[in-house]
Amino acid sequence: MKDIVEETAVQEKKTLGFWIYLMTDCILFATLFATFAVLRNATAGGPGGSELFDLPFVLVETMILLTSSFTVGLAILASTRGLKKQTLFWLGITFALGAAFLAMELYEFNHLVGEGFGWDRSAFLSAFFTLVATHGLHIAIGLLWLGVMIYRLIRFKFKETDIKRLALFGLFWHFLDVVWIFIFSIVYLIGSMA
Amino acid sequence: MIKLKPQFETRHHEARYKSYIIGFVLSIVTTLLAYFFVVNNVWPKEMLIYIVLGIAVVQLLVQAVFFLHLGRGSRLKSITFLFAILIVLVVVIGSLWIMQNLDYNMMHMSPDEMEMYMHQNEGI
Repeated sequence: MKDIVEETAVQEKKTLGFWIYLMTDCILFATLFATFAVLRNATAGGPGGSELFDLPFVLVETMILLTSSFTVGLAILASTRGLKKQTLFWLGITFALGAAFLAMELYEFNHLVGEGFGWDRSAFLSAFFTLVATHGLHIAIGLLWLGVMIYRLIRFKFKETDIKRLALFGLFWHFLDVVWIFIFSIVYLIGSMA
Repeated sequence: MIKLKPQFETRHHEARYKSYIIGFVLSIVTTLLAYFFVVNNVWPKEMLIYIVLGIAVVQLLVQAVFFLHLGRGSRLKSITFLFAILIVLVVVIGSLWIMQNLDYNMMHMSPDEMEMYMHQNEGI
């Protein structure tokens, strides 16, 4: 019994530590949001958000990320019940959705740069690329983490540490979803109002 | 003895599934709501900005409760969350405020006028 108590306390501390990391990450995003908000009209004669953003495309991106946030939750629930196959299934779906999101974002970036509206066009676009790509980088790192976890689950037996790691990953992924909601609302929706 | 069980095991699985499904549905609904308001220009722009921001905050709360499970687990989690929000608001609103003031005070000045102004008033 003593072991269980100690282990729960340790896990609680680890979760809190990871949570504090997420909160500092939140402040990193806040500085980028502030930069974007200040430079929102500094287009240097170039196009603004209303000419650049394809809202239906971004809505699909948002829905994909939202769904992946939901499926990672289902994976966590399956893992706490010890259902390895179900956990792997939902993690696989989460990975696919995350990869699709990242691919769509890269496609959008590639499209913008190809049109001549890269990060060097105006201060507004510099702020836009910095903010959105920082989120994309987090997603890419999350996918790497997820890939390693999926590999471990396939290769080795289901262990207690896997469940705990998965819970932390879930926090990370949900957090990125929340950040994206603000990017969607502030950068895309408000930014596209003429 | 019951108290010693880890907290995340005490709630029933069905309740936890329910929590995720409610969070997911509410997130989808709020996202679509904000999208349609903007696409159809339901309100004038000034109002729409605040409405979209309001919907984003509602969704933040929904996800914090149903996905991030704020309020469960360590109390420090909620405290650090509130502190982070405070810092975020100070950074974002403070930056906007300062830069807008700066913009306002520097308006209508040509570079030459600016140089003279800086020389006379700031000694630069």
